[in-house]
Amino acid sequence: MANFNLKVNGKNEQVDVDPATPMLWVLRDHLKLVGTKYGCGIAQCGACTIHLGDNAVRSCQLPVSAVNDQDITTIEGLSENGDHPVQKAWMEVDVYQCGYCQAGQIMNASAFLKNNPNPTDEEIEGAMNGNICRCGTYTRIKKAIKEAASSENA
Amino acid sequence: MTKIKTQYNRRSFIKVSAAASGGMLIGFSWLNGCKPNTSLDTGVAIPKEWFDINGYIKIGDTGMVTIFSPNPEIGQNVKTSMPMIVAEELDVPWENVVVEQAPLNTGFYQNQFAGGSLSIRLSWNALRMAGATGRRMLLEAAAKEWGVEVSSLTASEGVIKENSGERSVSYGEIASKAVGIEIPEEVDLKDLKDFKLIGTSKKNVDGRKIVTGEPLYGLDFHREGMKLAMIQHPPAFGMTVKDFNKEEIKNMPGVTDAFIIDTTIDEPGWFDEKGFNHLIAIVGDSTWELMQAKKAIKAEWETVSEPENSDIHIEKLEKALVSGEVEESRKDGNADAAFKKAAKIIERTYSAPFIAHNTLEPMNFFANVTENSAELVGPTQTPESLEGSVSKLLNMPLENITVDMTRIGGGFGRRLYVHFGVEAAAISKKIGGPVKLIYTREDDMSQGTYRPTYRSTYKAGLDENNNLIAFSVKGAGLPEGPVFPNRFPAGTVENYSAEKIKAETNVTTGAWRAPRSNFTAGAEQSFLDEVAEAAGKDPIDFRLELFNRAINDPIGEKHDYEAERYAGVLKLVKEKANWGETKPGVHRGVAAYFCHASYVAEVMDIIMENGQPIVDKVWCAVDCGIVVNKDGAKNIIEGGVVDGIGHAMYSQLTFENGTAKESNFDKYQLIRHSQAPKKIEVFFVENEIDPTGLGEPGLPPAMAALANALYKATGQRHYHQPFSTERKLVG
Repeated sequence: MANFNLKVNGKNEQVDVDPATPMLWVLRDHLKLVGTKYGCGIAQCGACTIHLGDNAVRSCQLPVSAVNDQDITTIEGLSENGDHPVQKAWMEVDVYQCGYCQAGQIMNASAFLKNNPNPTDEEIEGAMNGNICRCGTYTRIKKAIKEAASSENA
Repeated sequence: MTKIKTQYNRRSFIKVSAAASGGMLIGFSWLNGCKPNTSLDTGVAIPKEWFDINGYIKIGDTGMVTIFSPNPEIGQNVKTSMPMIVAEELDVPWENVVVEQAPLNTGFYQNQFAGGSLSIRLSWNALRMAGATGRRMLLEAAAKEWGVEVSSLTASEGVIKENSGERSVSYGEIASKAVGIEIPEEVDLKDLKDFKLIGTSKKNVDGRKIVTGEPLYGLDFHREGMKLAMIQHPPAFGMTVKDFNKEEIKNMPGVTDAFIIDTTIDEPGWFDEKGFNHLIAIVGDSTWELMQAKKAIKAEWETVSEPENSDIHIEKLEKALVSGEVEESRKDGNADAAFKKAAKIIERTYSAPFIAHNTLEPMNFFANVTENSAELVGPTQTPESLEGSVSKLLNMPLENITVDMTRIGGGFGRRLYVHFGVEAAAISKKIGGPVKLIYTREDDMSQGTYRPTYRSTYKAGLDENNNLIAFSVKGAGLPEGPVFPNRFPAGTVENYSAEKIKAETNVTTGAWRAPRSNFTAGAEQSFLDEVAEAAGKDPIDFRLELFNRAINDPIGEKHDYEAERYAGVLKLVKEKANWGETKPGVHRGVAAYFCHASYVAEVMDIIMENGQPIVDKVWCAVDCGIVVNKDGAKNIIEGGVVDGIGHAMYSQLTFENGTAKESNFDKYQLIRHSQAPKKIEVFFVENEIDPTGLGEPGLPPAMAALANALYKATGQRHYHQPFSTERKLVG
């Protein structure tokens, strides 16, 4: 066990855990931030996607010991009031069915749009291919990403 | 207006009101830690006082209305559509409504389960009645207050007005008086033409919570002082656990206990299907430490029945098709004799592998078992069955057990089975405290309860004029055969034979979204495509010809479908997709299927890019009667199409030594963004028939529309799922 100082959603947090513990479980079990979801544990489904700095990463494969002083953003911290353009587009398109994968989809999409504010359909598919939606809301996810992009560019 | 007798009495309302208060408390406190719910998207202020109108409805002094949604929410969006029906009859603005998940209350709510696409279909009348009863009680309260007749008042949009125009009062203002009103014995339901909410599109009531990551799911549930637990089941079907390195595991960091649980249920019911009765359970404080402890398990397993592999499964099915036990059959005319006379015969065999449900939220459940009570919280499609099984396991009366439902991260039939809730209860009993059981993805995918593997042979005979004179199907499954003897084309062919054949396996299976239909549609509808081609007929015209026969001069005593409605969706999709139009490089397939009381026809366009098929567009025509929440209904059909394409194309479990080689998403392929259709359009047949379900019917025809479009694109027929790895077998 070791102490780690983390900056999560702009707040300083301290946890005493096994250094190998993935951020996914630090967030869920220790910081009680359960918006980040467990789906596969092997970086294949994308449900656990968070931002490390500006990049989307799979928190199930990110040991707490590798975070150091980098900013962590989870779905809970993406915006103050659920008003990030990607969140708003998701609500506008009413994307979700069960909803379980959508935090990961939103975190991946928001990091992607930051780097590529005006993506083509093919670029969206490529960027989002690591995020499984078992309910099959892919066409709506794509629509929402395009709406978020156009609202940002407006 | 339709008059309807209310089916409940004062006592049942009072009973449910008490339970519903609990539900309210749960909704606002257990996931959000007692903080006020900041994400209410309502147009009215949060009330100081709430009044129970009936078990479905509470009205606050500000006019805010809480509607309790009785059924489990697995993504089929009933948590929005069921309350819409109540709100319609109550006649309250949707903006005033907040929705809470009701707990299990078998004494009051009916059919509290999510399965068979039945939620809306079975609760349509009960939900309308609940809303209409509320409206009537508010009207009576206002009439009493003003000393006038109810008939001189009108209730609309949350306000009661005197027809004379003199006085008006809002639901919020009169709610306290409605509490004392006797439950009416009979209430008026609205005329369909007066619907204001039903048939419109309302957004998912949990939408904001989903996009902001609020705790909603079973896996997110937290209770102060609770432990976490994981299980380890045997490494193969046909094995059981004898012993394990208990002391070593108990001494690992973060582990507080480890033991074997026995979850055997006396006289198990249909929902008690499970891979294994005896499991190793590890209890501790953090998920990561439990995962490490799981890896350190050294167990002694015992083989109790022969481990199977995929080759054995194919052999069993082939043998069953020749000499297996026929469970159910239908015969019209004499198919064998007609085949002998036929000018052309087409015979093809289709198969599909075992597949897993793979809900993205793995199995989990919270249980707190004390000497006299059991509290269960989590994702279940069948709370009543869970309650029953836990009652048997603990030998505890039903009334001492409560079940609360979380939002559910995917169902697809997987959570009809209750074993993980039962296991949580067994662990809680053993440790004497609250615990949340969590499956890893690997536990989830290797536990079983799979979609059975199937194999069917279809045969058709055409006369010299290309009329279908004989049709037969023989289908075997491990364990249940994929044949519905009275479904299409029964009723349309003079000489018809259908045989449903069972076979045995020690792999556990269960209902998987659109059970059996998820295979029969793909097989039958791509077979008919081939038959139509052999007959030189357009595939839609060919089917319509058969439906005409079923309409005008049906064969046999009965068939399960209404031919007019079946033909109706084909005609609608034909029109919407502009069937018959050809575009260079675009390859089209069509299929239609009836299951779960709804009719769906789909046209699929495929284009080839670098030798790979891309689904460019899908048109869906749906007849599910009255559509409650239009955009939500479209969403679930779109999901069914994607699910059908994905599983027909990519997914399978392959067995070696009694276990599936695929236990996570690195080997088990699920459809992804780049493989999904570029566009899906959904159209509904407009009619006034009571609504039927949509959770399942969108999926089955997608498999055949895909196979038929692939044939047009590549010249290859597909007989064996998953198509992406299909071996070239003789069909």
